Amino acid sequence: MQRFPCPFCGPRAETEFHFAVEAGHPRPDGAPSDADWAAYLYDVDAPKGPAREMWLHVTCGTYFLMTRDTQTREILGAEDLG
Amino acid sequence: MKYSAVTLAREALRGHRHWPEAWAKARPKAAYDAVIVGGGGHGLATAYYLAKTHGLSRVAVLEKGWIGGGNTGRNTTVIRSNYFYPESVALYDLALRLYEGLSRELNYNVMLSQRGMLIAAHTPAQMEICNRIANAMQLNGVDGRLMDAEEAAARVPLANQAADARYRLMGGIWQGRAGVARHDAVAWGYARAASRMGVDIIEGCDVQDIVVEAGRVTGVETNLGPIRTNRLGLAAAGATPGLAAKVGVRLPIHTYALQAFVSEPVKPILDTVLLYLGTGTYLSQSDKGELVIGGGLDRVPTHGQKGNLPAQEQVLSGVLEMFPSFGQLKLLRQWGGVVDVVPDSSPILGPAGPEGVFLNCGWGTGGFKAIPAGGTLLAHMLATGDHHAISRPFDLDRFRTGRLIDEAAGSGIAH
Repeated sequence: MQRFPCPFCGPRAETEFHFAVEAGHPRPDGAPSDADWAAYLYDVDAPKGPAREMWLHVTCGTYFLMTRDTQTREILGAEDLG
Repeated sequence: MKYSAVTLAREALRGHRHWPEAWAKARPKAAYDAVIVGGGGHGLATAYYLAKTHGLSRVAVLEKGWIGGGNTGRNTTVIRSNYFYPESVALYDLALRLYEGLSRELNYNVMLSQRGMLIAAHTPAQMEICNRIANAMQLNGVDGRLMDAEEAAARVPLANQAADARYRLMGGIWQGRAGVARHDAVAWGYARAASRMGVDIIEGCDVQDIVVEAGRVTGVETNLGPIRTNRLGLAAAGATPGLAAKVGVRLPIHTYALQAFVSEPVKPILDTVLLYLGTGTYLSQSDKGELVIGGGLDRVPTHGQKGNLPAQEQVLSGVLEMFPSFGQLKLLRQWGGVVDVVPDSSPILGPAGPEGVFLNCGWGTGGFKAIPAGGTLLAHMLATGDHHAISRPFDLDRFRTGRLIDEAAGSGIAH
């Protein structure tokens, strides 16, 4: 069982967390084209290696930014969104 | 060499020392009419149908590892077409029909065993869902029907039906043509048949870059040197996003590990494929007697080809809820493969980015059952430059138009 770092609660079991979305995909401004809107909704990079992702700690309801290696599963950092 | 009773007897008398290689170990040539990245079932089937159906034999399949070493050789071997939407049934039933004739066609025994599949329900709500899917299957012209509790219990006599059982059978959906096949044989059979028609199957060939000139693909750079082609098929499962990124294409694909488990072999105790809606665990017994066990995806996106413990615990506790007596069995092995999961749980088939590049990906947890169809459709697109009627709904543009084929909602599958 891996432990993920909740910025509010500290390290907790991975089963308490839910992957939300890849970080770094800002919502398009104004009236985006269908293609831009679809890209925003669906397209991801799914990088092999370090990835920045939004996670939810289901137990306490905190969303936070976690950096981890998708190949080795090593946790590289967690940031409170404030 | 054609396999037959005569060649088997002759080689047996010669001590089995003179069987030729099943497929030639090819080195890359400078140029091909079409190149397929990914030597799994879909890639090999694509090469085979390009040669057989479309007469294109200057074709190369580039495999980073070795044939049969990826997800094709590492799955739970189930074949079925019990889906909800007509588009999906057209796709998966094409695969099933081709599987039904595959051993004869390839002259290679893929050991297809149509032992039937039961999707088991244990609550009235699940029976309603089963009713809906069985209806959809019949409307789509596929063999499928509702099964009552008595018949379901007779199908899986060891299932826990005790008065205090948590998941007592209430019935389910039955597809009689579903079953299992020998997964390695599917890869080896396609590889052998394609190789005999002149296709180069190149193992240990890692695609490092894709060359695009004036909006059209012109070749690939590999660890074995450059290869020129203006038709490129990408059929590399979890590695597809990384390949597509080389031509600036982002895909709606998350990668997850999917685990499976095999028990020690025992005498025949389960003669069907069983999926329990309540536990999400499914299993069948292999011809060797092992129980082959699968379940849902891991919850953490990853490219690491191993599973995590929470998913393992969930799958195996499901087995023990369904079959308490299996608690005596030892697990022989566990493995995890990386699968490409799409938001609407349907594959992506169609052109991507530069002209001449076509995708066959996004099969998620269900690629094995679709191999003959995936190969047929990618071959059609590479040969003609255009969609097949069955692949058209699975184009990447469905995310822009909103015409999603949401099988997670339709048939309740995980991938």
